[in-house]
Amino acid sequence: MISIQNVSKWYGDFQVLSDCSTEVQKGEVVVVCGPSGSGKSTLIKCVNGLEPFQAGTIVVNGTSVGAPKTDLPKLRSRVGMVFQHFELFPHLSITDNLTLAQRKVLGRKEDEARTKGLALLDRVGLSAHAAKFPGQLSGGQQQRVAIARALAMDPIAMLFDEPTSALDPEMINEVLDVMVELAREGMTMMVVTHEMGFARKVANRVIFMDRGAIVEDAAKDEFFGSPRSERAQAFLSKILSH
Amino acid sequence: MDFTQVIQAFPSLGNGLLLTLELTVLAVIGGVIIGTALALARLSSIRVLSWLAGFYVNYFRSIPLLLVITWFYFIVPFMVGWVTGTNQPIGAFTSCLIAFMMFEAAYFCEIVRAGIQSISKGQVNAAYALGMTYPQAMRLVVLPLAFRKMTPLLLQQSIILFQDTSLVYAVGMMDFLNVARSQGDITGELHTFLLFAGLVYFVISFGASTLVKRLQKRLTV
Repeated sequence: MISIQNVSKWYGDFQVLSDCSTEVQKGEVVVVCGPSGSGKSTLIKCVNGLEPFQAGTIVVNGTSVGAPKTDLPKLRSRVGMVFQHFELFPHLSITDNLTLAQRKVLGRKEDEARTKGLALLDRVGLSAHAAKFPGQLSGGQQQRVAIARALAMDPIAMLFDEPTSALDPEMINEVLDVMVELAREGMTMMVVTHEMGFARKVANRVIFMDRGAIVEDAAKDEFFGSPRSERAQAFLSKILSH
Repeated sequence: MDFTQVIQAFPSLGNGLLLTLELTVLAVIGGVIIGTALALARLSSIRVLSWLAGFYVNYFRSIPLLLVITWFYFIVPFMVGWVTGTNQPIGAFTSCLIAFMMFEAAYFCEIVRAGIQSISKGQVNAAYALGMTYPQAMRLVVLPLAFRKMTPLLLQQSIILFQDTSLVYAVGMMDFLNVARSQGDITGELHTFLLFAGLVYFVISFGASTLVKRLQKRLTV
């Protein structure tokens, strides 16, 4: 579904990604972790072309992301993305947030988009808030709306860029619960996160990145049981020790 | 001081005020539209476009408004005639309106540009991630948010424009101030009429400015 081959990226002289390669199969949940500044967010943003890269190829569902002739908007409309800071549109009601792209990008009819949006809002447990504006919701609620907004586009895969990093601790679980459910339904997911509990529960594979490179790419049990690289061991002991 | 003269001149003063307001409103609308187009051009990745828009803005911000008004008064009829191929006179109102729109567009451009730049990259990315094209992201997300933020500044600039419309006296238009001045001349009560005109400008400008401040407080909450 998502194939990343030898991807490198530079900001001027500074190399942020070096020779990253991995695959995400259909229905697979892959967690990307690593210390901050290791390039995980940059890598996931390359997958839907929000960040350009200078070398290598990324192919999503048969479409090459970096190719000059690729219709990026069309590709992105089929790949959902959830951001660290939610990024709901503050000038639109929750309902409008859920229907805007359905109508303008996919060309769905007003009531079709609304029915779809409200059904997904109900699924994330927020149907009571349809008429509110993003500023009136808590962080956890906003992030659940953001997930519903992405799902409304019927994505073939979902990208999560540190979806719980900006949340207060008591709100993290409500978002993770939605993500776990999604994973169990068979959604293809690539998740940048520090939530190792989530990784243990639903990930098929864990990728560990450091200084722009993929240091470890292993099945979940292998990663948590016996990480091969020293850096992954050090990282794991740091975040799992308390 | 004989204010009865002023009261008697109310119909013609009213006409003058109407012209002033009409000029202000239309110039603001046109100026904001042209200004937004200029701002998009200035922020464009196409070098030539951004250079041209930058030159336009810097040029109009470097010359006096009075010069633009008189200059357009002579050149606009010629240009319109050249474009349409006819020789019809177009009148001072149209030429002044075009002068104001184009002059103010340079100032509105800078306000809109700052507004667009104040929208976070995350919002733009969210729009793109949902499959929006650049024009869609601008129209549906960035510009609505930017205009929300810059409404107070745009209104403040519009109040300045309202005062600046008095410069149309230079091409003989009977705006509010010019009517007041000429009525003052005719009746020999120039001071009274100018005092009254000053009061009207103050009430409108200060009133609008107070409203803007209140709006600003509401928008920042």
